[in-house]
Amino acid sequence: MPDSPTPDSASSGNDQHTIAIVVGPGVDDPSPGGPAAQANLFGFEVEAVEECRLFHVRGPDASLSGDGLEQLAGSLMADRVGQWWIAAAQHESFVAGDGRRLVDVGLRPGVTDREGAELVRAAAELGVPIDAASVGRRLIIHGDLDDGQLDTLMTRALHNDVIERWAEGFLEPAFTDPGAKSAGIDTIALRDLDDDGLAELSKMRRLGMSVAELRTVQAHFASVGREPTDGEIETIAQTWSEHCSHKTFRAQITLPDDSVDGMLKQYLRAATETIDAPWVRSAFVDNAGIVAFDDEFDLAIKAETHNHPSALEPFGGANTGVGGVVRDILGVSAKPIAITDILCFGPDDLPLHELPDGVLHPRRIRTGVIAGVGDYGNKIGVPNIAGAILHDASYTTTPLVFAGCVGILPRDSHPTEPQPGDAIVVLGGAVGRDGVGGATFSSQTMGAETAEIAGSSVQIGDPIVEKGLIDVVVAARDAKLYHAITDCGAGGLSSAVGEMGETVGAEVDLALVPRKYPGLAPWEVWLSEAQERMVLAVPDPEPVLALAKRWQVDATVIGLFTGDGRLKVTDGEDTLVDLDTTFLHDGRPRLGLAADTPVTIRSTRKPADIDLKTACLALLAHPSLRSHEAVIRTYDHEVLGGTLVRPYGGVAGDGPADGTVLIPPGISSGKGLAVGIGVNVVLGRYDTEAMAWAAVDEAVRNAVCGGADPARLSLLDNFSWGNPTDPETLGHLVAACKGCHDAAIAFGAPFVSGKDSLFNEFVHPDGRRDPVTPTLVITALGIVDDPEVVPLTGVTAAGTDIWLVGPLNGALGGSHLDDLLGEDLGGEVPRPDPDAAARHSEVAAAIAAGLVRSVHDVAEGGLASAAAEWAFSGRLGVELYLGSKPTLEVLFGEGPGRYLVEVEPAQAQQFEELAPSARRIGAVSAERMVRLGANLRVTLDEIADAYQGGAIQ
Amino acid sequence: MTTPSVLIPIAPGTNRNQELADAFELAGASTAQVPISDLRRGEAKLADHQILALPGGFSYGDALGAGRLLALDLETWFADQVREAVLRQMPVIGICNGFQALVRAGLLPGTGAGAATLAANVPPGFECRWVTLAPEAGSSSPWLADIRGPLRCPVAHGEGRLAVEDLESIGGRTAFRYVSDDGGSADGRYPINPNGSVDDIAGLVDSSGWILGLMPHPEDHVLDRHDPLRGRSPGGNCTQLFAAGVTAVSA
Repeated sequence: MPDSPTPDSASSGNDQHTIAIVVGPGVDDPSPGGPAAQANLFGFEVEAVEECRLFHVRGPDASLSGDGLEQLAGSLMADRVGQWWIAAAQHESFVAGDGRRLVDVGLRPGVTDREGAELVRAAAELGVPIDAASVGRRLIIHGDLDDGQLDTLMTRALHNDVIERWAEGFLEPAFTDPGAKSAGIDTIALRDLDDDGLAELSKMRRLGMSVAELRTVQAHFASVGREPTDGEIETIAQTWSEHCSHKTFRAQITLPDDSVDGMLKQYLRAATETIDAPWVRSAFVDNAGIVAFDDEFDLAIKAETHNHPSALEPFGGANTGVGGVVRDILGVSAKPIAITDILCFGPDDLPLHELPDGVLHPRRIRTGVIAGVGDYGNKIGVPNIAGAILHDASYTTTPLVFAGCVGILPRDSHPTEPQPGDAIVVLGGAVGRDGVGGATFSSQTMGAETAEIAGSSVQIGDPIVEKGLIDVVVAARDAKLYHAITDCGAGGLSSAVGEMGETVGAEVDLALVPRKYPGLAPWEVWLSEAQERMVLAVPDPEPVLALAKRWQVDATVIGLFTGDGRLKVTDGEDTLVDLDTTFLHDGRPRLGLAADTPVTIRSTRKPADIDLKTACLALLAHPSLRSHEAVIRTYDHEVLGGTLVRPYGGVAGDGPADGTVLIPPGISSGKGLAVGIGVNVVLGRYDTEAMAWAAVDEAVRNAVCGGADPARLSLLDNFSWGNPTDPETLGHLVAACKGCHDAAIAFGAPFVSGKDSLFNEFVHPDGRRDPVTPTLVITALGIVDDPEVVPLTGVTAAGTDIWLVGPLNGALGGSHLDDLLGEDLGGEVPRPDPDAAARHSEVAAAIAAGLVRSVHDVAEGGLASAAAEWAFSGRLGVELYLGSKPTLEVLFGEGPGRYLVEVEPAQAQQFEELAPSARRIGAVSAERMVRLGANLRVTLDEIADAYQGGAIQ
Repeated sequence: MTTPSVLIPIAPGTNRNQELADAFELAGASTAQVPISDLRRGEAKLADHQILALPGGFSYGDALGAGRLLALDLETWFADQVREAVLRQMPVIGICNGFQALVRAGLLPGTGAGAATLAANVPPGFECRWVTLAPEAGSSSPWLADIRGPLRCPVAHGEGRLAVEDLESIGGRTAFRYVSDDGGSADGRYPINPNGSVDDIAGLVDSSGWILGLMPHPEDHVLDRHDPLRGRSPGGNCTQLFAAGVTAVSA
């Protein structure tokens, strides 16, 4: 809703004034994703939406009038070429008129506003000091809109109520009140509550705790003879949340004819323990997995999800998703060197009347998420090297954002044991109310009302602060200045200090914690996630504080590690938390859950009348498989200068690569790392065990295409699932974990870290539930011993031979062909293949021997799609000898362990010796055409048209 | 002959400093990567170095316009040192964000030319792709002295569209233009000209030729393995650009 105008607040006391300045000319984005196009989606006639910048500034008269203002606005707000500035009221009098609406949009108080803060700093340097500033935008909407239409347009398309406010006329500036009073510490009356009372407490405080858990808490405080404080209850809720404790993955699960002693233990960790790989240095215990790279360095790897926040505030959610996973890498003392992102959206063309209340349109989510991912990675200076964009109807209400990060650290340089007497040092941004309750929020289902109540859980990131954290932490690590480190993730200081102090105990005085603004209750300071913060256990704070000052990063000592096994938090004189760390970390009653055994029996395949060429081109244009180069171009994948195989390559840089390869900066071994991603949402609809196996295989395949040694791979698992208290949903999860376990063992590739995001389910006002289609992302990290032999993207020369490694026929059940047809035509899904591991090794051996000019994995869309993409990347022809009438299984079937390999004819014999399961299946030609058997021909222009949605360049 | 030292200041948000240092070291210089706070405290001084190189990144988060607040540093805190460096013809190079700062500080295109700016890209948005750069024929800038053919390297920016008040006055100050792979004119066409810069101008020098700024990242193509085409292309390795700066102060 618009804020009501309060014109008298334009000036306040003394000689302090508030003024508003508009900087133009406004910019109109006429693109299909732009504001005017969005307005037209609602059936409103809007010709253009011009966006100007809007500055609110509070300060002394001298800075805000005459020469002072001239200097402030002329030097810091408007560009000297092509821009002008003007007082907002004056601008309004010029611009307002028939057929135009003027709307001012600004951030809500407390939302990160880096530009506003920089304006205050810069103004002081210029000698025109100001007190406060905030940066917003003024929209000039050209079109005849009535008030209702304007409200709809602003609410549904042009602003986000979670972080912004809007008003016609005067918009109250987003300055925080310097005189705001802080709330105190409350005691929670727990002792006499019955089950209903406990359930009500959980709901009221949004604790996300079960009655059984609260009963345990009740008994604990009864035994110590007092009631808990609000801070204690919140601390326990965060520590025991799904997000922090993975209680579903640790739960005892009962199946109709079986039981699982914790999915994490029985499947994921079990695979890692069985494989017992010597290159795994740390798995599952820390912020990220750590594996050996060369003789001097290790690699750290982690992937996270940020689904709930991205659904509500796509830019901020995705932005802080990247920021969070980069911090995880920093939390194991590694320098971040690569980012990955897998993004899942609903259909781009979803009609508005099908969009449920409380849900943003998929196109809006897509635009915001991509901008958020790009903004963080680009600004922090870490290349984004791998990813995927997937579409599924279920992603409309539950969009998914997976973000991953790879880091590098010298061997044995990550200390993990805080010592009694160590100071607790907080590095990075101050604490605000944004980010309160992130962990409990992300562990609950969403509904139409979620956006209203969860606003405070969504944050805007500040990558510049985090870039400073990287510089300080790496320098502090190299100088051996700390005994332990972790990041402030969801749960903020409570989880960071709580985890670090788990064995030694810790004391914190919240009065020492820097705050963005006054008015925060002690429990909020303790619990707020606040991005871009790390906590260090430091024997001598002085050198760390000096280092932080040098890099312009805030650092504060807030307490110490004690050695008494208690977590004690005070706010000055008052005690907020005084808990036994054993109870906090081990006191949670184990969850018991029931699961069904999934039914995966497939019907016999029905015949379909399909034109082969049409199907081939339609698959290339499939929303998940078509070119996403335009997105990749908005991410910096070159920074750090180590990228060897980019996400898009080939002669024109527009062909899809499989695995991406990086040579880490600062190493001397000359080795590289390859990252492969595996994910298959179509299979997730039918058989999650087969899906998991296929996803592991795809990740391995992609890494192998990048030159990785398949005998030294490490894996990450990232699950995004529905509500696990539903036995059917949980049954699918158990099956997927089993698939992960079996595939990891088949490939000898251990899991080193993972993360589950559960409760990805939207509950409609009428109670109808929309769970997300089970989605599992597998990331494979491999070592490339000799980057010189890494194959090129796209076929390279006419006259070379094409070999197929793996079976000619694929499976059509759960294929992208069926996804395209919008119908399950039945038939077997791709089954686990015990011979796939041997085929990965064959291809890797041929690559290592320098025999492979180029390679492409046979993935979604089968052989036809693989051949077409490969030819397009190299701008050459590909002919596959498939006879006169290849079957659908040959052309479009999908399955594990399949590759197309380009080899010089003269090296055929050597290749065959290293890859005995390969068969010569075709040749590269100069004719700019793909021939699939005698009768199916597709030109490169047709491929470009379908794959890129336009003509070839 | 002593090894020249290159000062590489790092503001909050600067991020291509290491590659820039690597490129200069490959060209025979030593480098000092220094947080801007060291310069402010006087612990590092421009006068102790022979080349000033402003790296890419997002100094101060691009707040209030890319490079503007780094320019403010140059104009306020280090105004005297910068003035002195310009007077003694110290080679200065600004890449991407460094170029934006040099332009916003008025050092490029410099006195005697109309004002210029690096505005939001057209088409809009951040763009990361490889481009081909032709050095301006007849330029007397020492930075361009050894460059024989077109260079190839990536751009990675969202605010790189050169716009000028007076194109005529820029005349002799063009350093590089975006061209097609075969050296043909871009003629404003995207993506050969990736940001809509006027006259396809990718880089500028000042009237002395000692101050160079450009949007693309030559420091990202100084090794053969940097090239995404890996041997399938004409080359365009940019080491010679850094070598020219080093040679100019080694003589």
